[in-house]
Amino acid sequence: MEKQILKILERDARTSPEQIAVRLGATVEEVSEAIKKMEESGIIRHYKTIVDWEKAGKEQVFAFIDVRVSPSRGVGFDDVAKRIYNYPEVHSVYLVSGDYDLRVVVEGKTMREVAFFVAEKLATLEGVLSTRSSFLLKRYKVDGDVFEEAAAEHRLAVTP
Amino acid sequence: MKPISKVVHEIPASGIRRFFDIVSQMKDVVSLGVGEPDFDTPWRITEACIYALEHGHTHYTSNYGLLELRKAIADYFVRTEGLEYNPENQILVTVGVSEGMDLAMRAILNPGDEVIIPEPSFVAYKPCISFAGGVPVVVCSYMENGFAVLPEQIEAAITSKTKAIWLSYPTNPTGAVAPREILQKIVDLACKHDLYIISDEIYDRLTYDGQHTCVPMLPGAYERTILLNGFSKAYAMTGWRIGYAAGNPDIIEAMMKVHQYTMMCAPITAQVAAVEAIKHGYEDSEAMIEEYGQRRRVIVKGLNDAGLKCLMPGGAFYAFPSIKDTGLSSDEFAERLLFEEKVAVVPGSAFGECGEGHIRCSYATSIDKIEMAVERIGRFVSKLK
Ligand SMILES: Cc1ncc(COP(=O)(O)O)c(C=O)c1O
Repeated sequence: MEKQILKILERDARTSPEQIAVRLGATVEEVSEAIKKMEESGIIRHYKTIVDWEKAGKEQVFAFIDVRVSPSRGVGFDDVAKRIYNYPEVHSVYLVSGDYDLRVVVEGKTMREVAFFVAEKLATLEGVLSTRSSFLLKRYKVDGDVFEEAAAEHRLAVTP
Repeated sequence: MKPISKVVHEIPASGIRRFFDIVSQMKDVVSLGVGEPDFDTPWRITEACIYALEHGHTHYTSNYGLLELRKAIADYFVRTEGLEYNPENQILVTVGVSEGMDLAMRAILNPGDEVIIPEPSFVAYKPCISFAGGVPVVVCSYMENGFAVLPEQIEAAITSKTKAIWLSYPTNPTGAVAPREILQKIVDLACKHDLYIISDEIYDRLTYDGQHTCVPMLPGAYERTILLNGFSKAYAMTGWRIGYAAGNPDIIEAMMKVHQYTMMCAPITAQVAAVEAIKHGYEDSEAMIEEYGQRRRVIVKGLNDAGLKCLMPGGAFYAFPSIKDTGLSSDEFAERLLFEEKVAVVPGSAFGECGEGHIRCSYATSIDKIEMAVERIGRFVSKLK
């Protein structure tokens, strides 16, 4: 049942325990109890809102920065990553396989601002060998959500 | 001009058709009237078809269908049921279960042969029997029995002219699943009276409380059962028009004879898509089934809360509540509900006379819409009191 609850909440965090209970054929108490346990154990980290900031009129640019790192004794990937992710303009940081080691998503008001951040803060960090930046131009699908007007109903209204 | 065929003329106009015409004139209707998945076909299936088209798969296939597909279907039955069909001569790929039904009737019936069909059931069974020159003999299934027909009823309907018994569990429109013991008794009757069994198991994967009973697996059934199934429901592929029939080689050959002269073969586009579906579509369809399972509970609770007595259906994606307490006929109920609250349902009488007193509510629609629809139904029912 826990996994099913998580799937429902991941899709819509505002689904009430009452609604979930009906869908899963459980009691409200069972559902509430399970949610509370998962919140306490950190399986549910927190609830947040997906905002279309562009629609809200906020100027915003994102860039994906691939970072090549040369770890040395005492300064591993984790340490470099930490120095990077503590900056508030850093949206997310991943350790990845391939030519580059860290994939950093940086947020800023303008391209210039992001470019400066990369040149001044990221590229100059100890252990950083090189960076490669790509600016985000358009979102098609994010975290499983397709960014597109909902498709029209293709079905006939009444069928056998 | 001379009149059209008497048989065709005598088939009544579809009760669903009439409703569709009204609904399509209206705006903002929440429809619980749709008998097909709301999901689009999983992308991997559609993409496999596009790829095949780009690579020149645009030709006729064997009359029986692509051997690769027949093999995949045979593998599927071995894997899921331990049921063996030889892909060379025991499986025929059809244009949906719809074509399979027609072929089955034409392959086995002589004029005047009787076919026993439990109702309420899918709208096409009776016409298919009539078109093939047969005579449908209806037995009613009732809410008290969970909408499963009783073996005694079947036995009482058997005459010297009976040729076949038509089964279809899970059932459209009731969502009924027949217990194995009941099905076994019906199979025993078929054996005793030497009858064919047509088993339309298109909703086999859409069962929610336990295992589906595959009729040809029951002792005595294999030789005499024409199993009909397809891809429309489990893989959300209604528009592709693809299904299959499986059974003993003589019956399948007879069906193939009709098929080869009337259809040639099922469309290759749908056949290659079906190969992908049956080989790699399992998880996609499981996700849809899990979703239907949740919607099922929402709609059944909603309908009961709205004052309509409704059983928990074991399969398919239909709830079939009783509206008898409202004093309206199912036609009146459906029509007034549509005009007064803009919710479309299908009157139970469209699925046979014994569907009267019920409405079919499809839950192949989003939970938000289901919640909206049952709220409106509740308002409508309370106005009637
Ligand atoms: C019980 C039943 N059988 C057969 C069909 C037709 O299926 P197909 O799309 O494979 O022709 C339907 C469709 O609604 C159905 O409900």
